[in-house]
Amino acid sequence: MLAAVGLRPYGALVLIAATVGAWALIVGPATLVAGAGQVNQVASLDTGRALYLQGCASCHGSAGQGTPNGPSIVDAGAAGADFELRTGRMPLAAPSLPEVRQPPAYDEAQIEALVAFVASLGNGPAIPDVVASVGDLARGRQIYIANCAACHGATGAGGTVGGGFVAPGLDLADPRTVAEATVVGPGPMPAFAFDRQQLDDLAAYVEELHHPPHPGGLPVAEVGPVAEGFLAFFVGIVTLVAVARWTGRAPR
Amino acid sequence: MADDAGRLEPGGGEQRGGDVERSVLPPVRRPTELERLADWFDGRTGFGRYARMALRKVFPDHWTFLLGEVALFCFVILLATGVFMTFFYTPDSRPTTYHGPYAPLAGAQVSAAFESVMRLSFEVRAGLLMRQIHHWTALVFLGSIGVHLARVFFTGAFRRPRDINWLIGVTLLLLALAEGFTGYSLPDDLLSGTGLRIAYSAALSIPFIGPWLASLIFGGEFPTLELISRLFVFHVMLLPGLLIGAIGTHLLIVYVQTHTQYKSRATREDNVVGLPFWPGQVFRSVGLLFLTAAVIALIAGLIQINPVWLYGPFIPYAVSSPAQPDWYVGWLEGLLRLGLPFEPTILGVTIPSPFIPGIVIPGILFTILLLWPFIEARATGDHAEHHLLDWPWESPIRTATGAAGIALFLVITLAGGNDVIGVFLNVPVETLTAILRVLFVVLPVATWLLIYWLASSQRRRRAAGADTSHIRAGGVAIRRTATGGFEEIDAIEGDAD
Repeated sequence: MLAAVGLRPYGALVLIAATVGAWALIVGPATLVAGAGQVNQVASLDTGRALYLQGCASCHGSAGQGTPNGPSIVDAGAAGADFELRTGRMPLAAPSLPEVRQPPAYDEAQIEALVAFVASLGNGPAIPDVVASVGDLARGRQIYIANCAACHGATGAGGTVGGGFVAPGLDLADPRTVAEATVVGPGPMPAFAFDRQQLDDLAAYVEELHHPPHPGGLPVAEVGPVAEGFLAFFVGIVTLVAVARWTGRAPR
Repeated sequence: MADDAGRLEPGGGEQRGGDVERSVLPPVRRPTELERLADWFDGRTGFGRYARMALRKVFPDHWTFLLGEVALFCFVILLATGVFMTFFYTPDSRPTTYHGPYAPLAGAQVSAAFESVMRLSFEVRAGLLMRQIHHWTALVFLGSIGVHLARVFFTGAFRRPRDINWLIGVTLLLLALAEGFTGYSLPDDLLSGTGLRIAYSAALSIPFIGPWLASLIFGGEFPTLELISRLFVFHVMLLPGLLIGAIGTHLLIVYVQTHTQYKSRATREDNVVGLPFWPGQVFRSVGLLFLTAAVIALIAGLIQINPVWLYGPFIPYAVSSPAQPDWYVGWLEGLLRLGLPFEPTILGVTIPSPFIPGIVIPGILFTILLLWPFIEARATGDHAEHHLLDWPWESPIRTATGAAGIALFLVITLAGGNDVIGVFLNVPVETLTAILRVLFVVLPVATWLLIYWLASSQRRRRAAGADTSHIRAGGVAIRRTATGGFEEIDAIEGDAD
């Protein structure tokens, strides 16, 4: 009993300590990270603004309002900025150059800072959530064939869309940039209103197109019958003419 | 011994030699089983006389005469692999659900035809290999026909009396093109469905009768449920039947008329110099058959062709890019892509823009090709029989015209892939199309002039009695005259002019 009496106040203490500890464990880190995030975001906005004024403002204007050299990006949003920067399409060395995919000019932290700054300029779309691994291939294929294949090709090899524009091959397109591109509609590409499930499905199918099965051997036909025709003529016919030449040599 | 045409064939005298040889055989030797079988057959059909004639047939000996054989052997491979595929193919446009092993199409609505091609490709043992051999052979078949046609054209082998076989040969080319296009369309995939849509639109564009004609051929408004079964009948019965008949006639006429030969010391207009069919040409031909099959099997076994699982089933509202037909139809596609947006209204009827590039120009080109022997005979006034072949420089106008035709074919075939080539060269497709439109006119003309100049200067040199083609630039060719002096050949050439 004495022991029981003696322990009672300690027991209350233990209970309180345990509760606080658990609360700290559950909520604390989140709060701490959230706090750090706010700090980072403020820092990012400053860094982002600095990077923006240095690399982007000469064409897009100091507040993203656009200039004769470049369009307004007030409503490009995080998705637009992230897509352009992550695929190396922006920044351009000169305003007259075409946007082409290349290694990004900025590192991860710089991209995040620039994206945060551009997102703060207006009411553009956020970076969509997409998880390719939970997508359904069959549904993704249907979405792809109906909406994407006309320009990017059924095999994802890309193709021309006229006006000097080219729909790029999708061999480097990761789920994030695929989803961003559908939200943003970069260049002549239209923006799509896919829901989260459709984005997952589509991303899964684009991932599949990176490594489709090639049961028939070397996949030259990714660009279709043009490649097949070249091979048929310059390998098939040329070899068979050589074979005829050899078979028909004068008898000894 | 002379054949019906009065032309001498070396080896014609072998029959007597054979009799002599038989007389020295041991008289007690029993005939082999094969000889007895041949005797049995001969006693009932009298086949021996014809077989002996056929086996003694003389084949002029030049490798370019084997190019047509390559085409023939491609056709044999196509028949063999095609028969295999008919065991598994379902010629039916009706929809069904795909339940095969290819995951991205799981549960998709596809036609029964597409489903059967998927099954052939993924589930039938060696099915994909057969499909790939068939498809690669088709591409090579049309190419070998083209190379054979070029040989016949540039050597003037089509001249009388072989103008009739030229007509059959060009008909064979047309049949092979139709056979290729119908076969390409049978899988009912997204790419080939796009091709059928284009063919349907080209048929529609024919003034006055277009809509009725298209409806008659396709069984209604595209896409129809009848389409695949109709294409199937064309591809596996009607066209192959016509092809077999026309190939048989083509070869029979070569047999009856004897083969042409190149000019040499031994050859004349009234003889045929070469290898007998047996024992000689037959080994060469069988060897070529196996080599042709081997080359195609190697390509088809290693390189994937027409991955219909990636294109998926034909859906009327969907399209893939880049979308091309197989290469031998690329020139028709190219003409449509080069065609100007020109739609005149005549007698209150609008002539749709695909009509001129898609129907009229191919019609004109094929008519010229078909009638070339008669056009040339009328232009040159040469209606004589020819059994000795021309070298290409001996007829500069013919050679220049053929080369211009090849240049034109090249331009319009490349135009059929203008989008792919534009991306490859990093040129906007509109710019490339404009360039190709200019080349469509300029390149054939430039080629004609260049080849005419080359061929006629070669002919002049040879007419001068000296081949100066081996003289390096800056060198001088001399030759000894009858009186023992020396003279420069250039001087003679000048005289000849």
